[in-house]
Amino acid sequence: MADEKIINKLLENYEGLMPKSLIEELRSKLSKIDVDEEKLRKIIEKVYKEYVDALVEPGEAVGTVAAQSIGEPGTQMTLRTFHYAGVREFNVTLGLPRLIEIVDAKKTPSTPTMIIRLDEEHKYSLEKAKEVASRIERITIENIAKSIEYDMINSSFIIEIDEEVAKDKGITKEHIIKVLEKLKIGNISVEGNKIIISCNVISPEKMKKLREKILNLKLKGVKGIKRVLIQKEGNEYVIYTDGSNLAGVLRVKGIDPYRVYTNNIFEIAEVLGIEAARAAIIREAYKVLEQQGLDVDLRHIMLVADLMTATGRIRQIGRHGISGEKSSILARAAFEVTVKHLLEAAVRGEEDPLEGVAENVIVGQTIPLGTGMVELYMRFPQRGK
Amino acid sequence: MVKFDIFKHELVPKARILSKEEVENLKKTYGIRKEQLPWIRKNDPMCKALGAKPGDVIMIIRKSEIAGEAIAYRYVVPW
Repeated sequence: MADEKIINKLLENYEGLMPKSLIEELRSKLSKIDVDEEKLRKIIEKVYKEYVDALVEPGEAVGTVAAQSIGEPGTQMTLRTFHYAGVREFNVTLGLPRLIEIVDAKKTPSTPTMIIRLDEEHKYSLEKAKEVASRIERITIENIAKSIEYDMINSSFIIEIDEEVAKDKGITKEHIIKVLEKLKIGNISVEGNKIIISCNVISPEKMKKLREKILNLKLKGVKGIKRVLIQKEGNEYVIYTDGSNLAGVLRVKGIDPYRVYTNNIFEIAEVLGIEAARAAIIREAYKVLEQQGLDVDLRHIMLVADLMTATGRIRQIGRHGISGEKSSILARAAFEVTVKHLLEAAVRGEEDPLEGVAENVIVGQTIPLGTGMVELYMRFPQRGK
Repeated sequence: MVKFDIFKHELVPKARILSKEEVENLKKTYGIRKEQLPWIRKNDPMCKALGAKPGDVIMIIRKSEIAGEAIAYRYVVPW
């Protein structure tokens, strides 16, 4: 067995030169083989050389390679939206539509969901998890009412409460009455499982509006969370939700605020910052590709995420984002809405320094990639010397 | 409830503000201006938590699946 002290001493010199994961791998593998110091040094040197050789060289078209590496498997993805078969009752957009959503930086995903993990106290028991879930799920009168009728003769609303549902959701009649009283529309009385609100005589249109208002009255929960589902993962209970509201859920007691996850990237950017949004883009995009069985290197997706978040806010890849904000007129014109860009540039008398790839292809020059990146400047002999 | 510390969230990487000398070093090693770094807005939750002002450079220590740990920088912009 090689001496750990020697390995550590040798590896110390490469701290910062090689990535941490590589150094750790070397450390664990080297400690298992039996070689002397000289050989160890040679092995590490060789590994370092291989690492440097594997690095991307200056002038490599990483963006193009990333585009191709994501685009080609993308053509193999089914255009049809498949839905989750694993999680009951939930539909989550996956596949190409979801990938498009991510790179187009849509403000809200078509199926927003959250994964909420619970704190130490609540995560091991179903009862306690249900308690937290009931604090999160948004419940309106509509959810617990069997029927709502308008009695024309007495000009009153009759809400019939489904007592079983109400009990299941943990809502008492007193609570409902309290909320209804805040509306201030008339006297409230209770008859068995019916709540009667008597109000002044009103027109049918007003009645309809009022009915809507009563139905959408919030009893409890977080805004935007339509449904919750408790699932067991390993030995802990996890709450899945339909609908997403990160800022709202973070305020709920009983959750683990540091492991809450949503698929709404803009919410993450707002609450946790642009760096978290970058991580979320990578995670979401990779999840989609992985789920479809496509083996895309994570680094291509990282490049996309880096580009999308480079200005401190999330930009889409496309006409209204990265491609539309290129400095070169010709490159923009080559992408989409050609005439508009050319016309505007002509009106303003803009110049194109021909620094990018697309514009040099257009004019037929060497493109600034690889060896074409190098430019020669001549220094003229100065006069008088 | 205890104040929510965004740096404890699993999606948020560790970060700190670079000192003046460190910024100079950074500029020299990469041969760039500060504005050429990726940006971060001054009202970004991370900037608020760190107390970073426009013109600062933030060093971000990301956890990376590939490299184990990756260091990135962001320049704080006032919008």
